[in-house]
Amino acid sequence: MGASYLPLTDADRAAMLAAIGVSSVDELFADIPERVRLGRELALEAALSEVELERELEELARRNVHSGRELSFVGAGAYDHYVPALVDSVLARPEFLTAYTPYQPEMSQGILQAIFEYQTVICELTGMDVSNASGYDGTTVAADACFMAKHATGRSKIVVAETVNPQARRVIETYAPGFGLEVVNVHHRDGVVDPAEFGTAAAGAAAAIFQQPNYFGCLEAAPELAAAAGEAGALAVAHVDPLSLGVLEAPGNYGCQIAIGEGQGAGNHLSFGGPHYGFLAAKKELVRRMPGRIAGETTDVEGRRAYVLTFQTREQHIRREKATSNITTNQSLCALGGLVYLSWLGPEGLRELGETCLGLAELAKKRLGLPPAFTAATFKEFAVRLGRPAEEVVRAAKAKGVNPGYPLGRDYPQMEDTLLVCLTEKRSPADIERLAEVLAEVLA
Amino acid sequence: MNDCRGPCKLIFEKSRPHRRACSLPRYELPEASVPAALARDHPPRLPELAEPDLARHFAGLAARNFGVDSGFYPLGSCTMKYNPRLNERLAALEGFRDLHPHQIAEDAQGALELCHRLQEALAEIAGLDAVSLQPAAGSQGELTGLKLMRAYFADCGELEKRRKIVVPDTAHGTNPASVTMAGFELEPVKTDTRGNLDLEDLRARVGPNTAGLMLTNPSTLGLFEEGIVEVAEIFHSAGALLYYDGANLNAVCGISRPGDMGFDIVHFNLHKTFSTPHGGGGPGAGPVAVRSELELFLPVPVVVRREDGSFALDAERPKTIGKVRGFLGPFGVFVKAYAFIRSNGSALKEMSEAAVLNANYVLAQLRDDYELRYDRLCMHEFVLSASELKRKYGISALDVAKRLMDFGIHPPTVYFPLVVPEALMIEPTESESRETLDAFVAAMRQIAREAAETPELLKEAPHLQPVRRLDEAQAVKRAHVRYEFESS
Repeated sequence: MGASYLPLTDADRAAMLAAIGVSSVDELFADIPERVRLGRELALEAALSEVELERELEELARRNVHSGRELSFVGAGAYDHYVPALVDSVLARPEFLTAYTPYQPEMSQGILQAIFEYQTVICELTGMDVSNASGYDGTTVAADACFMAKHATGRSKIVVAETVNPQARRVIETYAPGFGLEVVNVHHRDGVVDPAEFGTAAAGAAAAIFQQPNYFGCLEAAPELAAAAGEAGALAVAHVDPLSLGVLEAPGNYGCQIAIGEGQGAGNHLSFGGPHYGFLAAKKELVRRMPGRIAGETTDVEGRRAYVLTFQTREQHIRREKATSNITTNQSLCALGGLVYLSWLGPEGLRELGETCLGLAELAKKRLGLPPAFTAATFKEFAVRLGRPAEEVVRAAKAKGVNPGYPLGRDYPQMEDTLLVCLTEKRSPADIERLAEVLAEVLA
Repeated sequence: MNDCRGPCKLIFEKSRPHRRACSLPRYELPEASVPAALARDHPPRLPELAEPDLARHFAGLAARNFGVDSGFYPLGSCTMKYNPRLNERLAALEGFRDLHPHQIAEDAQGALELCHRLQEALAEIAGLDAVSLQPAAGSQGELTGLKLMRAYFADCGELEKRRKIVVPDTAHGTNPASVTMAGFELEPVKTDTRGNLDLEDLRARVGPNTAGLMLTNPSTLGLFEEGIVEVAEIFHSAGALLYYDGANLNAVCGISRPGDMGFDIVHFNLHKTFSTPHGGGGPGAGPVAVRSELELFLPVPVVVRREDGSFALDAERPKTIGKVRGFLGPFGVFVKAYAFIRSNGSALKEMSEAAVLNANYVLAQLRDDYELRYDRLCMHEFVLSASELKRKYGISALDVAKRLMDFGIHPPTVYFPLVVPEALMIEPTESESRETLDAFVAAMRQIAREAAETPELLKEAPHLQPVRRLDEAQAVKRAHVRYEFESS
């Protein structure tokens, strides 16, 4: 007998059928043609009670090597930053957890105000005027930015730096045919994009997208890239790590019109890749081009301040085929985690966290002593050459309890011997020592 | 103070310089900084509060929010059922919660097996052959489905010609929006007097230019498409495909499968049918199931079982449409949905039966107080109209909705579907007891009486929420979408 969440008793059912005026539940399904009825039980695994279900899933969970079971230096788009207990506690509150999208604002002031606060925090981080309530993740907001830029400029070319997260590039390419977009990649030179080449490619483009820090961990000459895109008439779009923005300049302050990014590292657990949130912020002239929900301030009939979903004439339920996007459900709860987390950090904590990541990465570079793959400065990730296939090194090191990083050859086949090493504040100098020892043994 | 009557101060208004909540490790580290040209000039004005005040702030916001745990939430088309708490605990098991998405397959076998089992269960429930877990939400599932149509017709050389997607006038707004985003053209089709697709209109619109149909069944009117066999025949004989919008799947699990109805592509809303909590606007998950002819085009990666019985992510599919989001998909949602399916097994049928029984029980008692445009038994939801209250007393569907809040009930979906004026779309779900349904019926009847006797009570509602009725137009005029700091 499985866990049951159904309250009706036999007596309830009998009384309810009588009230409806039918003699059986089957009669309620009379409109379904016989030909399309299943006529047998669903062939699903047997139902489990709560006790059995917990045992079964604990058994599956045990077969995964999670970040508590090996010393991991893997990042590459998903980051093992600390998630404060306060975040989990707020997200577990049923008033947030079990609510739908706030269509009825008087009954949803809590989440609407939280979205408004989240939008403000994202604007502050990125130097932008307006943020939406969240996108699905850091890849889909990249496609959203392209769609916005196409409508804002009337152009269809999108320029993407090769140093942007390959998954985001893949999502842009997947969305492109339907959007009527043509995607042009700009190659990297020694791990970063050359502003002159970026500017040349951006001529006649709707948007030019780069990532800071980029996928290789390198710091791009971001202000120069934004300027080059702007001079070419394209909207400059920066894909940024929110946790870098205590030490790195905000894209809105160096000429970008749109800032996007993956929010996971800021308040969401790794969770094998989701659910997380993507953020999307822009300068105010783009507000009516933005996809997704936006919370705005208003008043009630007594003149008290209140919040509501606004600019809804952009959205699918009103504009239908002319909407700025089809998005409805976004990632509210994950974005709420972002708000709680960034409020927990505050401006000083954000800067200190960035400095700690920088210092740890610097220590690791020195201690590992492996040849850097690129010469550019870095933030929390850096790439080294191993002189051997990185996949082999990873396997050998994992056998010793250390997952030393992400083999870049998985995305860039010519980088077979390159390992991307990530340092978050959860790794200590002693952990770096252990990494260095294991890599030395494996590479000996 | 958390007096939840009245508004709550913004977190920025509670902020004080140098107050802080976080504690971070301080290691002995070498000097390191970013190049001066890239360094941040002014820090972002994030809130500065101590942790006790943060905890209280968010408790205050929670007190001003309403979830399905707070009370009855018959929001049509959103399937606001109970979210079993065990499933939250399971998704938070360290082996799931702290698993890196780049972990090598052999060290993620438990997670991959769970996803594989979920794929198999969804295929069985849909009556189709293969599943992709990629899409992040229902609307992204729709877009994925349309991209699959594009890929299928491109592969057989017909994409240039097949430009049109037929969408009924009762469809969710996401359907036409997805059609545009996928680069197709919209072909609307009418609803007949019984609330079914108008087959005559349909036959006239479907031909060699048609790529496919997007249909919710039961429809947004809560009615099963009685001509579904003929509908499928019309599209398939024209060489077109059928897409099933799974928003209303809660009515028919284990009773009638979309694949058996003739659909080629189905998306699921795990956050509706399979009880994963909606979190005030997400996360959701919108997996897609397809017929075997379309499997080659599914987004990557797909979880596969190798010959040795182990599980792996297969991303090497030359004909794939690509990726619609990062990594495999919203895995934490998969854990909860799988747990829900596993707790039910084949009793998912009883879940759907209870959902349909509950809806019909409420409908039977409200049909004389409100108008019912299509006089049939309903499936898991139904649409009433307040247009008579509007005509007689000037009371709109919105007034009814706001007054329901005074009874501690979340309003139904209003003004949708568009084909019903002053629509009230009511979906009780299977989670509700007869007592709760009776209380809702009593409230709705009282409101209908009040419309005649004390209409100002409805016009002025809600009375007991933290704020009274909002001026939504003013929000657009003000365009105030972030906190303005005093110095800026």
